[in-house]
Amino acid sequence: MLLFSIILVAWSCKEKTEPAISEAIEKPIIEEPSSIPIYDFESLEDGYFNKEDGSTYVINFWATWCKPCVKELPAFEKLNENYKEQGIKVVLVSLDFPEKIKTGVVPFIEKHQLQSEVVLLDDPDANTWIPKVSEAWSGAIPATLIIKDGKKVFFEKSFTYEELETEIKAITN
Amino acid sequence: MKRSILKKWLVLEVVALAIIVVGSFSFTNTSEAPASDGYTIGDAATDFNLKNVDGKMVSLSHYKDAKGFIVIFTCNTCPYAVASEDRIIALDKEFKSKGFPVIAINPNNPEVQPDDTFEKMQQKANEKGFTFPYLYDDSSSIYAEYGAKKTPHVYLLQKEKGKNIVKYIGAIDDNVRNGAAVKDRFLANAVNELLQGKEVTVKETKAIGCSIKV
Repeated sequence: MLLFSIILVAWSCKEKTEPAISEAIEKPIIEEPSSIPIYDFESLEDGYFNKEDGSTYVINFWATWCKPCVKELPAFEKLNENYKEQGIKVVLVSLDFPEKIKTGVVPFIEKHQLQSEVVLLDDPDANTWIPKVSEAWSGAIPATLIIKDGKKVFFEKSFTYEELETEIKAITN
Repeated sequence: MKRSILKKWLVLEVVALAIIVVGSFSFTNTSEAPASDGYTIGDAATDFNLKNVDGKMVSLSHYKDAKGFIVIFTCNTCPYAVASEDRIIALDKEFKSKGFPVIAINPNNPEVQPDDTFEKMQQKANEKGFTFPYLYDDSSSIYAEYGAKKTPHVYLLQKEKGKNIVKYIGAIDDNVRNGAAVKDRFLANAVNELLQGKEVTVKETKAIGCSIKV
């Protein structure tokens, strides 16, 4: 029992010493099956919004508890699968509460075998960062931002695969 | 394995599609509506006559002595709404006696969000001890007229010459997830400014919320 307690304490300490958010971009957390990278808005912006590398970033804001988000995920997965060779990067930005990563987000990723990159945005001051994503965003999810070389288009809506494809073609042509 | 998952998604999609079709065109309309829809600051908000969890109908006009209203579109299910419940109760406690009672309205369609039925609203109100009306937007028309996009979504109204004028739209405060870490109480500040006869300084704020399910 004592040994068990020690292990438990050691484990809970380990949890607290996960890499700091700001370091996440420079030093990506090694993809343990039990975790996903956590960013604050600034690191998310640096890592995905402001890249002018010729890639098209499809950034989808979602959460495991958001029904319309979960419903449209297959469309984003299909886009990721079909267009990854053509420089399209799908990033699924989870707005789940950080304490739900291990109990909610990771099991969800495994259950649905999500292939797109999944990160968690942990930044409570939404009133500051929501307008930086888009002035048009009310804050409701799902919401999607498509970025290519500094050009941004924002959608507060649910997507079908065909609609996504149309927007991708519009921004890449 | 993958195929069976795909199949599952397909079934889900068909079911969801059926729900959308049954749920009429309002889904497409609201989810793609431009952000300019609904009220802006200074507009006169409509009154309503909606059923409360106690079975009685509630209208703003019933509140003869109120100086205004804290109208909050919220629901049983959204984690952001749930995280706000204690704060909504506290707001009602703080401002009802000063003339600004909380009026909570659930705009979600229980056919789309099964845990948002009227019965479950009654349960929620009982369990949490809501001190304010928790109304069911039966026709899903009030939230649309206000322009609420998500839960929770706040509209602060002040009575002026018999009309209810919109003075503030947005979030309760700057940290939906964690009430203990709040630095800026946007809504409370706005109500206090109105009580002091001042103009509201921060008139609109944003917060993450769950899209309204209709």
